Amino acid sequence: MSKQENSFMGWIDERFPMTATWRAHLSEYYAPKNFNFWYYFGSLAMLVLVNQLITGIFLTMSYKPDASLAFASVEYIMRDVNFGWLIRYMHSTGASMFFVVVYLHMFRGMMYGSYRKPRELLWLIGMAIFFVLMSLAFTGYILPWGQMSYWGAQVIVSMFGAIPYIGDTLSNWILGDFMLSDAALNRFFAYHVVTLPLLIIVLVFVHIIALHEVGSNNPDGIEIKANKDPKTGIPVDGIPFHPYYSVKDIVGIVAFLIVFTGIIFFVPEMGGYFLEHNNFIPANTLQTPDHIAPVWYFTPYYSMLRAVTVNFLGVDAKLWGVILMAGSVIIFCFLPWLDRSPVKSIRYKGPIFKFALALFVISFLVLGWLGTKAPTPLYTLLAQIFTVIYFAFFILMPLYSKIDKTKPEPKRVTK
Amino acid sequence: MADSNGEMNSRRRFLVLTTSVAGGVAAVAVATPFMLYMMPSERAKAAGAPVEVDISKLEPGMLLMVEWRGKVVWVLKRTQEMLENLKKLNDVLADPTSEKNQQPPYAQNETRSIKPEILVVVGVCTHLGCSPVYRKDIAPADLGPDWLGGFFCPCHGSKFDLAGRVYKNVPAPTNLVVPPHVYLSENRLLIGSESKESV
Repeated sequence: MSKQENSFMGWIDERFPMTATWRAHLSEYYAPKNFNFWYYFGSLAMLVLVNQLITGIFLTMSYKPDASLAFASVEYIMRDVNFGWLIRYMHSTGASMFFVVVYLHMFRGMMYGSYRKPRELLWLIGMAIFFVLMSLAFTGYILPWGQMSYWGAQVIVSMFGAIPYIGDTLSNWILGDFMLSDAALNRFFAYHVVTLPLLIIVLVFVHIIALHEVGSNNPDGIEIKANKDPKTGIPVDGIPFHPYYSVKDIVGIVAFLIVFTGIIFFVPEMGGYFLEHNNFIPANTLQTPDHIAPVWYFTPYYSMLRAVTVNFLGVDAKLWGVILMAGSVIIFCFLPWLDRSPVKSIRYKGPIFKFALALFVISFLVLGWLGTKAPTPLYTLLAQIFTVIYFAFFILMPLYSKIDKTKPEPKRVTK
Repeated sequence: MADSNGEMNSRRRFLVLTTSVAGGVAAVAVATPFMLYMMPSERAKAAGAPVEVDISKLEPGMLLMVEWRGKVVWVLKRTQEMLENLKKLNDVLADPTSEKNQQPPYAQNETRSIKPEILVVVGVCTHLGCSPVYRKDIAPADLGPDWLGGFFCPCHGSKFDLAGRVYKNVPAPTNLVVPPHVYLSENRLLIGSESKESV
């Protein structure tokens, strides 16, 4: 680091490592030069997070976390508050887009083996962010206190009641009452605007620190740090994050904002997928809507929850459903250890892995679609079949990833 | 020197251990009020008085919804045909004789009720807490030709008959709950209590 004692930055640097931090994380953080389209979604997730934080703060200025006032206060925001409709649609569309970019971000990791050694912890921190994101989405969806808010929360909280022995006490503890009521709405508001946002900010920070420690993976799944310029010690296939990727990400952000604003202005409800029709009816504790389904990003897990209809191994179907639903998300955490392939990236993996991953994506999408539908015997059967495929992708991975015919990895990154 | 070092080390280990234990106890003690803060408050516990219902205007086949402790309680007056149909369902029900403890003893019978025609159940699905829909129509297109009337949960597809008994192979594990109730007179029903004196 050059000494600039007399300059302003020099004065700062003697007291805070400003220049050093800038270099370590931006201008001298070397990322592989072969990033493609799939590498936009990390920075886009951060953009959406910032959008949620800012719009969320403004929404709290007019929202009332009270079971008798909440629904009307949301309508007040939509109708009477200046640009309230815009801020709320930015927030509600942002929630769905958060899941879009995070699912694509995770799929990128699965394609290119970004969870493999030495990035296991990076993947686990990412999963922790995903869990917090799901909690944020759940608690946020309750706040308008519409029919879907109420009955969706009822279903999720009842799942804790399925846990043997402690279930009832646990759900009373979660709700602060013997049923879903004002007490629960009030505390879910506290989680949604204080606890969980703080957690997600800390976790995103830790995620980036971990990323910069191990370095980014790339579409070839090879380590650029293995091949450094002997003179400078800089990876020969690396380029500084700033300006190369900061500029690239701006292009991604512009493209994303075109889609994002398009949704906000033209289809903010997305035909009932982003904001469900039944949630425009105030919560009625005596009547469940004829058809309830969670918001689209939870439907794959919801399908698995209701797929189990028979008691099995002495455990009743209800608890199995809850176990499967929780397991379907938690199982992602084990990916780093389930994948036994000698190569990381799908580019060099064999046909079995490609087939398995394709099948997994199909089952995720089909389960997601089924979760939006009312249960019929045929749909339940389909959900059962695709639940098995979903889990088989993970459970059989140690086997098929080992016997699969891989191609040799290149020494240098390719185009 | 070695001896005194060893003694110092063991003394240090002891002090670290006792400090950790004391700190742990303090942490649990401090966490306790925060955890208990989240349990139902005294006001929430006090709510939940019994509800009195007048059933004189209830027509056969009609369902009355009553709120009790924030939950919906159904009062259904069954027709003679409905009562006849209950007997035909034993093979498709998970617990046709109400063996599981989901009702007071006085409702553990064929109709799960005190008076045969009047069913009183909590209208909350035993699966995940949705409120099932009253479907008295026989053999509708969506529920199949064998449907003899009952309650269908729109959330996860659980089915119950008109005595609140759960079908086999649905997500809900048990029959609907029959709340404690008592008839104060011919047409006055008290839900939430078993003694006539409490009102």
